[in-house]
Amino acid sequence: MNVLRFTTAGSVDDGKSTLIGRLLYDSKSVFIDQLDAVAASSKRRGTELDLSLLTDGLKDEREQGITIDVAYRYFATPKRNFILADTPGHVQYTRNMVTGASTADAALILVDARHGVVEQTRRHSFIAGLLGLKAVVVCVNKMDLVDYAEAAFTKVCTDYEAVRAAAGLPEVHFVPLSALVGDNVVDRSAHMGWYSGPTLLELLETLEPAVPEADSAFRFPVQAVIRPRTTEHHDFRGYAGRVAGGRIAVGDAVTVWPEGLEAKVDGIFLGSESLNAAIYGQSVVITLDRDVNVARGSVLTAGAEPQREATLSAKLCWLDAKGHRPGVRYEFRAQGGHGQAMIAEVNRVLNLETLNYEPGEGSLEANQIAEVTVRCAQAPTTEVYSEQRVMGGFILVDPVRGATVAAGMIQ
Amino acid sequence: MNYSNFLDELEAEAIYVIREAYAQFERPSILFSGGKDSIVVSHLARKAFAPAGIPFSLVHVDTGHNFPETIEFRDRYAASLGAQLIVGSVQESIDRGTAQEEQGPLGNRNRIQSVTLLETIEREGLDCLLGGGRRDEEKARAKERFFSHRDAFGQWDPKNQRPELWNLFNGAKQPGEHFRVFPISNWTEMNVWHYIRREGIELPSLYFAAPRQVIWRSNSWLPVSEFITLRPTEVPVEKMIRFRTLGDITITGGIESEAVTLDQIIAEVETLRQTERGNREDDKRSESSMEERKKQGYF
Repeated sequence: MNVLRFTTAGSVDDGKSTLIGRLLYDSKSVFIDQLDAVAASSKRRGTELDLSLLTDGLKDEREQGITIDVAYRYFATPKRNFILADTPGHVQYTRNMVTGASTADAALILVDARHGVVEQTRRHSFIAGLLGLKAVVVCVNKMDLVDYAEAAFTKVCTDYEAVRAAAGLPEVHFVPLSALVGDNVVDRSAHMGWYSGPTLLELLETLEPAVPEADSAFRFPVQAVIRPRTTEHHDFRGYAGRVAGGRIAVGDAVTVWPEGLEAKVDGIFLGSESLNAAIYGQSVVITLDRDVNVARGSVLTAGAEPQREATLSAKLCWLDAKGHRPGVRYEFRAQGGHGQAMIAEVNRVLNLETLNYEPGEGSLEANQIAEVTVRCAQAPTTEVYSEQRVMGGFILVDPVRGATVAAGMIQ
Repeated sequence: MNYSNFLDELEAEAIYVIREAYAQFERPSILFSGGKDSIVVSHLARKAFAPAGIPFSLVHVDTGHNFPETIEFRDRYAASLGAQLIVGSVQESIDRGTAQEEQGPLGNRNRIQSVTLLETIEREGLDCLLGGGRRDEEKARAKERFFSHRDAFGQWDPKNQRPELWNLFNGAKQPGEHFRVFPISNWTEMNVWHYIRREGIELPSLYFAAPRQVIWRSNSWLPVSEFITLRPTEVPVEKMIRFRTLGDITITGGIESEAVTLDQIIAEVETLRQTERGNREDDKRSESSMEERKKQGYF
């Protein structure tokens, strides 16, 4: 993996912004003028160099001292490139963590060494599991405030086992650190001789989360049809898209959905270059050996047949400030089709305090997570989310306001 | 450092986003400044639709205070793409009275470009502008979406952005609203340079060091032109200068450099300890100056 996309979550005072600031600062990813601005800003506020100011982007949050939206950061070490989605820890901003986690490979979850595993820790871990993140790094922060005691760290590791099981997380790592002082973030701590594991950055450089999509059956949702209509390419008819699962080679047989028609791959193109094969993640243009009806929303597949159901069971996170009421129609958008849809049933709603699902009552409010039945006007071409993230995720859009109101994961 | 595979991934993502913009909007256009980022977006757009031609027009907001090289490059590049060029003139907005020139010695036309841009969008009936904005440029941009919704006044509301999940981009809008789409959101300045070198993309000569007449103002080397008024203490000197970003000539400061090839530029960027916008006078006004301009419809 050349790039690690990761997200961060923590409660308001866990020192998340400071940790990110420290990661950027100690890995020499901060420019002098950015640092000057932070130094000047810290001085105006009468504090020492406050690294959290490096990441707090918008004016409102600088005034309130909290992060209110997803912010993306980039840094690179000689070993790897990193894309970090920094998301807030407030309970009312669950939607931002869901957003940040949807494109991430791994999550950093911050725990205050003084307070150990708390409700927010469970909630963030649960969301990481729900969104299918393959690896979680539990950062036990503020070790300097517990005299670098191994016992505080061990207690978090032990207590987290139950969370890990409940959230269904396949891979979990623990690092004891102090973002404020800089212990075990980039540089090894001189205060924790009892810890022999990697520093946070070392861990991030070597994480290899599983990518099941790379080896899954071939899936190619069509974004657009390419018809040059020029003398040189008079009969050219290509299908543009990004491979959402598996791989395909010239000569391979594919099925075109929704019709279920068979064809063979005639050519694969990237710009003016002709390729023999395309793999997961590549954006290409594919031509077929015969004329079949292909349009935006069509999906080319090989191997196992895709799911083609108009009624879908899904986990749903309600994102919009305006809640859901029974009977309202939405626009369903997924890689494998879009059209009208409604939430036929809210089966169970997650109690964010106990993390148990409880019977639903038909409506949903912002930041609620539920198990629902969605009925689509036309059956989309989909996959189970846990097997193929790209084909298994969908959004619901309010047809009047255009707002993205919910994110769903097909079960 | 091996960037090649990472560049492939960034390229695939950008091409995907560009195709989404094409598929979801009626009249999408590329916001073309003549700078390297919008050139890279145009290059990616060509790659996304080959062997068909580029399905976008290019929009340029002309402050009237240009580097002559930028305009010459713009015209040549648009012609080579076979794309229609739409020019919005800030001077015409001023003449019409819809935009007002900033007064004072530090007055410039940066902020009022937004007025001209919104007028151009309305006049041409555009519903989507693809831009070269990157999240690593500036802290307000770090929170931008790939598909960024603008209301009927062209305003960006950072608190009411649509959540963007997986790669499902929502371009739904009301009449009169439009979108800004940023295909290279996830690229850094370094990635852009590596990609330019890999793809052999042609750039305006301003990016390469050459002897230029400059003055020292606001901590950077500002090019001498007919559009700036020299203060009594300011004496033009000739220096080997290149520009890291290209904007209005009155506010785009250069850096001292000997880099005349892409390899030399890449080596230089790797060691630079200042952000590329650090020489842009428009960003220095206050801690949140980019955010304020973006809310008002800035690119």
